[in-house]
Amino acid sequence: MPDPREDRLQLQADVLVIGGGPAAAWAAWAAASKGQRTVLVDKGYMGASGACAASGNSLLNPPPKDREAILKARHRTGQYLGDLRWMDRIFEATWRSLPLVEAWGYQFPQVDGESARESFWGPEYLKVLRKALLKAGVQVLDHSPALQLLLDADGAVAGAQGLQRQAGGRAWQVKAKAVVLAAGGAAWLSKVLGCNTNTGDALLMAAEAGGELLGMEFSSQYAISSALNATVTRGVPFAWASYSDEAGRPLTGKDGGRFGTPELAAALLKGPVYAQLDKASHQVRQVIESSHFITFYPLEKAGIDPYGQRFPVTLVAEGTVRGTGGIRLTDDECATGIPGLYAAGDSAQRVLLGGASSAGGGPSAAWCIASGQWAGGGAAEYARSLSEASFDRPVRQAGRAGLTAEAGHAGSFDPDDVVRRLQAEVLPYDKNLFRHEEGLKASIRAVDGLWQELKGVPAVNGHRGVLRAREAAALTATARWMFRSALERRESRGMHIRTDFPATDPAQRVHLISGGLDQPWVRREPVLDAEPAGVGR
Amino acid sequence: MIELVSESRCISCDKCVKVCPSNVFDSVPGAAPIVARKEDCQTCFLCEAYCPVDALFVAAEAHEDVQVDEATLIAQGLLGQYRRNLGWAKGSNPIEKLNELNELRERVGSPF
Repeated sequence: MPDPREDRLQLQADVLVIGGGPAAAWAAWAAASKGQRTVLVDKGYMGASGACAASGNSLLNPPPKDREAILKARHRTGQYLGDLRWMDRIFEATWRSLPLVEAWGYQFPQVDGESARESFWGPEYLKVLRKALLKAGVQVLDHSPALQLLLDADGAVAGAQGLQRQAGGRAWQVKAKAVVLAAGGAAWLSKVLGCNTNTGDALLMAAEAGGELLGMEFSSQYAISSALNATVTRGVPFAWASYSDEAGRPLTGKDGGRFGTPELAAALLKGPVYAQLDKASHQVRQVIESSHFITFYPLEKAGIDPYGQRFPVTLVAEGTVRGTGGIRLTDDECATGIPGLYAAGDSAQRVLLGGASSAGGGPSAAWCIASGQWAGGGAAEYARSLSEASFDRPVRQAGRAGLTAEAGHAGSFDPDDVVRRLQAEVLPYDKNLFRHEEGLKASIRAVDGLWQELKGVPAVNGHRGVLRAREAAALTATARWMFRSALERRESRGMHIRTDFPATDPAQRVHLISGGLDQPWVRREPVLDAEPAGVGR
Repeated sequence: MIELVSESRCISCDKCVKVCPSNVFDSVPGAAPIVARKEDCQTCFLCEAYCPVDALFVAAEAHEDVQVDEATLIAQGLLGQYRRNLGWAKGSNPIEKLNELNELRERVGSPF
């Protein structure tokens, strides 16, 4: 077999974008439209990979006159860890950008002769974005996962390396003046719809370059799904559900209130839970079936009538994808603090948008449009400041864990086995949804142990194994920052539930920054704006 | 997970090979692609959406194998259903689907 390094694909780009969802697309478009040679590398097929491509998505796009009230309400939901200035600029940028999507060929529904720009059909939206990128001259490399960043002697990011999994694992190297990380969040390979490509790769690559994370404790988002097809987590149809236990006894929230995620998780820890969409009127059925047919598609395939029959439900972990933790941003252009490195979409922290609560689909769709353009624009400006001679900079490979064995480390590891044991810590509700000190410490010990194993030799065959080993390292690193941040936040706030500290503590209205590889750390950082009146119940 | 690549329908265009985000298929020259890494299938249904001849079936079960029968699936109208819903099937248009949906929403007056 020829050495894949022999015929390595070598490219130069002003801006390299890593990822293939909407944020990556908007970043690449922004860089290319500023006249920069732009290359986009995606793990899968740019157009089909990631959280957005796999379903219908709502899009929060309030008219400017309604914006302030909506943002204030969101700030409250996020338990005041968000940032109103950022929220305002996100929705302003989105409002201004959407006509462009239409010009590229996306058709929004028409209401009284006006476009209702309030939702996207993921597959169609991504198809339109792909066409726009190719037209703008972006070079797109599909099935070309990035494995590690390249750094220059000063620690600035100078490109990346990876492999082409549909070209026999051929290596690629792109030397770049600037890099945008937009490769999604980390969803623990739980098979939650479209998210198995989102394995925290960008978070690990950023940390290896010296970048930091923010809000990693807010990565415990779980969403309801039919248990028969625990992939589709679109919650809207469940607004018309009633719930019952194995014996058929009705289940409700406290005092007959809402049966939300914590109530469902608690019930699931006791036994099976069933849902029936019996509150949906005939008309509601038509709407939810059309707008969320992806929810009904698996039920139909399984021969279940969700209105007339009870069906078992479960909660699926969505990790940081619907959580808000991610790479820390240091300025309005989505810089990361590392020269030449920018972050967008779910790879970046979205605490500024969603605070301690899930930013959800609608706001996240807006975030990808805004952060993508800022990161791509920022990367383009940075690239302009460098000369062509920067392509001749000596570079070193930044990747370690999961890629190459550490000197003197004799052991080997099976990446699929590491992922299974990692999932045993990050998926269970009684470990990661209901958190407490003792459990978090045990999980930290477990994932730290996995990190040590990842320093060994990956026992893998072929390029699938090489990629999976690196994914196992990225997921494990993400879990280490998550559990440490969760241990540090000694209160309950938003999705972060501590059974040993059930109340929200006004004194802990702070951000938790984390980072580090062999020695992970967490530090507190004050939230800058004044505490809004009425907080600190 | 992916349970059927219909050899009678497949035209060997390899679109499924190209679009699958998890790289589950392997191309076979002059024949239908094979499902080479089924365990990597994340059950996202996108191969079905892109298949121009409705030759694929992804079962709802994401973690276990299920038996399917092509004739039964055809009789139930389940082959190509996602593509039809998306408005990607021949003779349909995504915007018609979206307008239809929007009219329904207006009638119900429900926030989505």
